[in-house]
This record gives sequence, structure tokens and C-alpha cells, in this order.
Amino acid sequence: MRALLIRELRLALRAGGGFGLGLAFFLILTVLVPFSVGPATTLLGTIAPGVLWIGALLACLLSLDRMLALDFEDGSLDALATAPLPMEGTLVVKALAHWLTTGLPLVVAAPALGVLLSLPAPGYGWLVISLLFGTPALSMIGMFGAALTVGIKRGGLLLSLLVLPLYIPTLIFGADAARRGAAGLDPTTPLLMLAGVSFGTIALLPFASAAALRMNLR
Amino acid sequence: MMPDLGKYAVEVMSAYAVSLMLLALLVWVSVARGRRARSALLQAEQEVHGDG
Amino acid sequence: MSLWEYANPVKFLRLSERVLPVLWAGAGICVVGGLLWGFFATPDDYRQGSTVKIIFLHVPSALMAINAWFMMLVASLIWLVRRHHVSALAARAAAPVGAVMTVIALATGAIWGQPMWGTWWAWDPRLTAFLILFLFYLGYIALWEAIEDPDTAADLTSVLCLVGSVFAVLSRYAVQFWNQGLHQGTSVPVATGERTVSDVFFVPLVICMLGFGLLFLALVLYRTGTEIRLRRTRALLARGARSA
Repeated sequence: MRALLIRELRLALRAGGGFGLGLAFFLILTVLVPFSVGPATTLLGTIAPGVLWIGALLACLLSLDRMLALDFEDGSLDALATAPLPMEGTLVVKALAHWLTTGLPLVVAAPALGVLLSLPAPGYGWLVISLLFGTPALSMIGMFGAALTVGIKRGGLLLSLLVLPLYIPTLIFGADAARRGAAGLDPTTPLLMLAGVSFGTIALLPFASAAALRMNLR
Repeated sequence: MMPDLGKYAVEVMSAYAVSLMLLALLVWVSVARGRRARSALLQAEQEVHGDG
Repeated sequence: MSLWEYANPVKFLRLSERVLPVLWAGAGICVVGGLLWGFFATPDDYRQGSTVKIIFLHVPSALMAINAWFMMLVASLIWLVRRHHVSALAARAAAPVGAVMTVIALATGAIWGQPMWGTWWAWDPRLTAFLILFLFYLGYIALWEAIEDPDTAADLTSVLCLVGSVFAVLSRYAVQFWNQGLHQGTSVPVATGERTVSDVFFVPLVICMLGFGLLFLALVLYRTGTEIRLRRTRALLARGARSA
């Protein structure tokens, strides 16, 4: 399992692996927002938690097809399917690698981008915490979408259409926690719900994803 | 004949119009596709029986 | 080796040929009759005026929007467990019907709420949940279209339907949580359909609900027949191409 994780990380981090693209996209999106809604700091501060959440979500989305498509094309997915590690475990490891190389950097970068959007002072900590709790769910749900669409040529758009509605509960609770935190209110309830969603997806979606992948590999 | 819909006439009429049009469209498309499928199947069956 | 896969498809088509005329007729009578009754013969609501007449469209369509997805869920499970092609094709056939029902529910719900809310759309929890359901329908239909092998498509869309169902329920609660927090007490009774309906509205409403239900059944049976015939045609042509 560890060997697989190291392999995944190495693949993602080498040149051409796409590492950093998510971060760059997150930055660019954040920069675009004031151009579209105007530079008024009060407005930006109000929408900052939500915008940063959407930015993180979209940055995750963009790197999803990378999770499985490359291995599918060169046949390594078939090899992994016959490996002693069960498919469910393989997919969890892959999702973990995705989170470490995509989600986690977004969490780290978020406060800096919060500065750009005049995020209110109490909001920084809660933004980071909400993203920390929520981005694993984004990776796992994304893994499910990737498993469904892995065999489809140019399936990226379909992947987005399938995954974005599934992201809605995570987004609702995560962004709400960030907003409450920024407003100085207590974000415990949405954070707990968010944690629940993340745990639930990590516990259950590997099975659905493995089933979908097996169907595609047949 | 027409009931007095009062100030909400536009809303009520448009709700009914939209709904009925959508239903009609759905039925029409389904039936058209069904007819095409039926004739395509007949044709395919004839071809197969014709050769066999 | 027979031309027709002798299991369910034949029996299904035979049964539907017999049952469909009755279903179409029943649906037509109930929908038309119920709507006419509701439109012409019911009084206005003291608060909502004549817009209450929209209830005869909104509630039945919303009901069917949810029932359609539930039927797809059951059909998907049957496919995954028992591999009856008719079941998978029935789920595929039902999806566009459910999607249209959802759109009707959304449109009538929004129009109904307009006089109350002052805008053509408000993020009322119920309407928002239906909007999310519509997105699920779109994704499901798109996945069927995107996959070439029919059996794999049936498999994958079934898994999507299962997972989607869980997320649909989860979203329903998330959306309630999401809107409650912002607007205390603006959940408009309009979109619920659970408001106590007085007898005067109740009977035509039930007739409309029955009518929409029969229409759904008729459409799904008819469309499943279409899917079966299309599948059969493909098989015949493939066999013909092979022997040519």
C-alpha cells in the first residue's frame, strides 16, 4: 500500500504530473473575482469564504481525470486490478495521493488568497479548518466520478457534470462553516456535518468506485 | 366560461401553458421515436428473414 | 439459438401491447378531467388568489419527479442483481420522463412563488432540492449516452443511480440547513404541497396525481418497448453483418 502511495505521489509530483496546476488555477480564479464583482472590500470580504470554497472545489475538479485516465490508457490499471491489494484499497490510496497533491496545497494556499479577497480576520482559521475537513471528500467523490468515466474518450466534461452535483452537500457545509467563522459565529454544526460527509464518503465510495472501475475494465 | 383569474391571470396561464407544452412535447417525441423503432425493427427482421 | 432473447423482453412487449391503450386512456381522462375540474370549478384562495390553481400541476409533477427517480433506483438494483435487460432499459426510459416532470415542478413552483416572492426564482429549499434532482437526471442521461457498450452503460448508470440517490437525500437535508440559516421563516407554503388542502381542492388534486401517475406509467412502458426494439434491431443488424 505504501509503495503504491509513493508511486502515486512521485507520478503527481514529477514534471508533467500536473502538480501546481491546481494551485495556479486557484490563484487565477481568486484574482478574477474582484474583476467580476468590483473591488469593494466589504463585498469581497462577505463573499470571500464562499468564493474560496468554490475555487478549491473547481481546482480539485480539474485534476480529477488525472487520477485514473493515465493508468487506464497505458494498462497499469489492469495490472493494479490483478494485484494482491484489493481494488477498494488501491482507490483509497489513489484518492489519498490526490488529496495530498491537490487538496492539501489548496488548504495551505487559502489564507494567502483570503488576503486578496479581504477575508475578515476571524475567518482565516475556520476557512482552513473547513477546507481541511472537506477536501478529502472532494477527492473521494472525484474518484468515484473518475471511475465512472474512465473509459470515455474526452470524458472530462461529463465528469464535471456528474461530480459537481455530488459536491453540493460538501460545499454547503464547508462554505457555511467558513462563512460563520468569518462572521464570528459558531461554526460547529456545519463542521460536524462536513466531517460526517467526509467520513461517509471515504467509508462508502471506495466500494462504489471499485465496482464502477471493474465494470469499465471488463 | 373562463374563470376570473384576477390579477394572477398571467401567472396561472403561463404555468398551465408551460406544463402542458412540456408534456405534449414529451409524449410526441416518445411516440415519434417509438414509431421509428418499430419500423426499423420490422425492416431488420425482413432483411434477416430475407437472407435466411 | 433463437432470434428473440426469450426471457422477459417478449413477455414484456406482449403485456405492454395489451396494457398500454388502457393506460393512455386512463391517463388522458384523469389528467384532462382533473385539470379541467381544478381550473374551472375550484374557488380562489383568499391569500393566493387564483394562483392556487397551479397546485394541480405542481404537486402531481413534483410527486412524479421523485417517484420516477425511485423507480429508476429499483430498476437499477434489479439489473445489478438479476441482470434483466428489460429492467435496465426501463430505468433508461424513465429518466427523461422524470426529468421533464422535474422541470414542470420547477417551472410551476417558480411561477407560483413569483407573486409571493416578487422574483421569478428564489432559493426556496424545496425548489432548490428539485433543481439538484434535475442535475442528477441530466448526469444520468448523459452517462447512458456516453458509453458505447450497452451492458457496461447499464452497469455504470445503475451505480450512479444508487450513489446519486444517497446524495440526493443528503442534499435535501443540506439544502434545508443551508436556507434555514439565512432566511428564517420564508419557507413558502406554496412549494410544500403538504399544506392542509381543503376538500374542495382535494378531489381534483388526487385525480390529477393519479393522471400524472398513469401518464408516467404509460410513457415508461411505451419507451421501454422502444428501447427493447432498438436493442433487438441492433442485434439483428449485427448478426446480419456477421453472416454477410
